[in-house]
Amino acid sequence: MAAALPLVTSTSGGTQRRPEARITWGSGKMAAPTAAGPGPAPLLRIVAECGRSRARAGELRLPHGPVPCPVFMPVGTRGTTKGITAAQLAALGCRICLGNTYHLGTRPGPELVQRAGGLHGFMDWPHNLLTDSGGFQMVSLVELSEVTEEGVRFRSPYGGEEILLSPERSIEIQNALGADIVMQLDDVVSSTTTGPRVEEAMHRSVRWLDRCIAANRRPQQQNLFAIVQGGLDPALRTQCLEEMTRRDVPGFAIGGLSGGEEKGGFWRTVKLSTERLPRHKPRYLMGVGYATDLVVCVALGCDMFDCVFPTRTARFGSALVPWGSLQLKNKKFAKDFRPIDENCDCPTCRRHSRAYLHALMRSETVALHHLTVHNIAYQLNLMGSIRESILAQRFPEFVREFLSTMYGARERVPPWVLEALAAVGITLE
Amino acid sequence: VSLWGNSGRMEMTASKFMDIQRVIQPDWFQCISDGDTISGEAGRKRAKKAVDRSLSFLDVCLQLLEKSPELQGSVMFGAIEGGDILEERLRSARETAKRPVGGFLLDGFQGFAMAKEIKLKLIASVTAELPEDKPRIIHGVGKPDEVLECIERGVDIFESFFPFQVTERGCALVFSYDCHPDPEAAVLKQSGAQDLEKNGAEENQDEISKADREMTPFEIFLKDKRYQDDFGPLLEGCTCYCCQRHTRAYVHHLLVTNELLAGVLLMMHNFQHYFSFFSAIRDALREDKLDQLKKLVFRQALQGPANAKPGQ
Repeated sequence: MAAALPLVTSTSGGTQRRPEARITWGSGKMAAPTAAGPGPAPLLRIVAECGRSRARAGELRLPHGPVPCPVFMPVGTRGTTKGITAAQLAALGCRICLGNTYHLGTRPGPELVQRAGGLHGFMDWPHNLLTDSGGFQMVSLVELSEVTEEGVRFRSPYGGEEILLSPERSIEIQNALGADIVMQLDDVVSSTTTGPRVEEAMHRSVRWLDRCIAANRRPQQQNLFAIVQGGLDPALRTQCLEEMTRRDVPGFAIGGLSGGEEKGGFWRTVKLSTERLPRHKPRYLMGVGYATDLVVCVALGCDMFDCVFPTRTARFGSALVPWGSLQLKNKKFAKDFRPIDENCDCPTCRRHSRAYLHALMRSETVALHHLTVHNIAYQLNLMGSIRESILAQRFPEFVREFLSTMYGARERVPPWVLEALAAVGITLE
Repeated sequence: VSLWGNSGRMEMTASKFMDIQRVIQPDWFQCISDGDTISGEAGRKRAKKAVDRSLSFLDVCLQLLEKSPELQGSVMFGAIEGGDILEERLRSARETAKRPVGGFLLDGFQGFAMAKEIKLKLIASVTAELPEDKPRIIHGVGKPDEVLECIERGVDIFESFFPFQVTERGCALVFSYDCHPDPEAAVLKQSGAQDLEKNGAEENQDEISKADREMTPFEIFLKDKRYQDDFGPLLEGCTCYCCQRHTRAYVHHLLVTNELLAGVLLMMHNFQHYFSFFSAIRDALREDKLDQLKKLVFRQALQGPANAKPGQ
């Protein structure tokens, strides 16, 4: 089977060496291993579980080092997290982040990235990477695409040519990019869609999962995750879960949510999914990133999350804090010389005041970089606190404290949050 | 003096100006002056007025400075005005030099309005009137060849947007300033010089026309297709963060995809390179090798891209 990636780093820190530009894995014509062959060692090591809810704390044992979980993964769409250097991101404690196959697959293209030593080498990122399949763009750029059994046909916004993103092509690109976790190509429908399209997409996703498993040329180095679909329909979800859990994949994602669906359906679908996903494999809830949602979904049993929200909202001048967010463009911060959050020890809060950021924002884009750094720190610190509380067997208490800081009075906590928590044994009393 | 800010026009007086300085407590600052003498437009009369007003500002500020305990640690520079009228420039220089200022600002030389020969002649004439032991600063001079010309004529401190402008147009500074090539390093630096030569070589017209017309011969335009799969650093041997950890191909990709990180990385490199250039200037002056450095830099100034403006 293929040799290991040339860039193999120790977990004790980043490497300064540039990887060789050649990946030594043969001509690509060797037969793909079957799904029945021995898979990689178990990815998830569970260290503690909450006695009441479904929350668990553990570690993902990935090729580029261990990643404590529950974990939030910042999104670096085109090989960079919006203005933040790889060194800054690593210094904040990030050990896994996302790259986007659709964007990178079109520019600069997988062949070039492969010559650069994979996405790790191209970005100079010594830690772990997860690439999505390119499928989500189907939903967000839907006017460009047409879905058939073959795959998704896009009209490239850059050149206008037609591209077919098939399961095989998606995995081929992801193999070239070399991320530690790769996602199957799924047939994604918006969570607000109803009707036969949802069922069609669910079945197709199962078929595409099999094609992705067959197409993965590097199962030892790249962990292929399945993505459970089925919309908000419990019957469809259950069916999908049954089918997909029969396949031997290292992890599962819960897809098709976080697209503006109503929260009742959202949390029930998450709970249903974690109920039927194997305990000992990681569960990745895609697209979830608001603080409250993270806390609730950890309680429901999810381990991994990603979302553009914290980095995107930073670029609009919004700083995330335990009690909500600060719109720093607002005049009221003009003379506020406190840091964004007195309890935050990110580089931004250690050095700058709200007043400074407010003034800077009027003329300099660098202010937004400071906010991006802070918002990533906020998310990572939140996950760290969640994890610590699970390890210390006080997760329910943590949840109560979190909600109290975020919402103040019980009446202000959104009802869906209370319902979801109650469903897994956490109440506010 | 009228200033235009975010909220429109505001009147700046000497005392308001000093109030602001008292709050900021800078290590040093330039005295308020009347520099409204655009070359070619301002005649002798306007130039004379600028000199007179600036001297009177200076005297008022010197008095206020003496009475300001907050500013005891701050040094004030006097501004030398006079437009492009030699007599006025000389008068301004001599009069300003009589005052107890900590240094001198050669004002009004920024921008492109003044012809180069006039600019250089005036700078030389002005600094000849100034005491040797006080620093001279000039604004708006940034290109390496122009910097050297001013240094030869007695300027010590430079302020400009040059490295930033290079970054903004997606370029990286790669010019050589190394007068002591050791044989191994020479091979590495050669690649930098070769890149500059390639800039001028026959190339896909498309790509050249995309480069900013302001681009100088001292830089490479990283958005150019040729860097798409160039896995070397921006400049071989550079120790900046970008060159240590990233490649031309990566920065090219960031520029093509309009990623914010492109500017971050380029700025780090361009600053480091530009600061190192000044370090090399200081070394050259100490070792009396300024001529060699000048030759090296001026040689590179001539290898422009096909559409460089002459005499710029």
